[in-house]
Amino acid sequence: MSTITVKFFARLKEQTGVAEMTIPAEKIQTLNGLKHYLVSQHPDWEIDLGHPMMAAVNQSMVNNNPDLNAGDEVAFFPPVTGG
Amino acid sequence: MIHIAVQEDDFSVQKEYDRLCEANSQDGAIVFFVGRVRDVSERQEVTAMTLEHYPGMTEKCLHELANEAKTRWSLSRIRIIHRVGRLLPAEQIVFVAVSSPNRGAAFQGAEFLMDYLKTQAPFWKKEESPTGAHWVDAKESDRTKADQWIKNKLK
Repeated sequence: MSTITVKFFARLKEQTGVAEMTIPAEKIQTLNGLKHYLVSQHPDWEIDLGHPMMAAVNQSMVNNNPDLNAGDEVAFFPPVTGG
Repeated sequence: MIHIAVQEDDFSVQKEYDRLCEANSQDGAIVFFVGRVRDVSERQEVTAMTLEHYPGMTEKCLHELANEAKTRWSLSRIRIIHRVGRLLPAEQIVFVAVSSPNRGAAFQGAEFLMDYLKTQAPFWKKEESPTGAHWVDAKESDRTKADQWIKNKLK
């Protein structure tokens, strides 16, 4: 597999209009790099992705800038509100 | 024993309590919390609430929270049930329960699980009101409450 899967949830899914998409892995090295790439491909997402946001890589929450590899699943979502 | 469920169906507090107690004569304390849908929020009247979640990560996250709680306190059994989908006011949303030999660990463990669930578990609430639907914002007070457990992790 040579792609990275990107998922959006809640308000972010509504704003981008995307629940799930795939990105060529060779374009992406890190999580921040992924965000920059998404905005470069969809300039109208810049504001939406600029709001306070949480991220998970392979279904574990991350709060730094991890490296990404082909086959990874990255999710972006607003601060959670369960419970 | 850790039991985690993310489901649309309602749950029975009695049945869950029975599971915590059956074949269990070592634990002297059971503590549980139930979260319910309220008919008002910060803004206005709430007529319904829809819970979205991240399938796959949700269950994994709740398991991690339960394991974390077990490393901090003497908790024998943990049961967490979180509903998703569209719920009406007064409906049950979440059930968090622990059993322990003593009540100190039981009270703290249950509170810790709820505080962390509210800031870590990938669920999002959308409230319906007479004027439309809106996503609930995360509360600063929930973040502060969860952070206290980080500072308190000295034992």
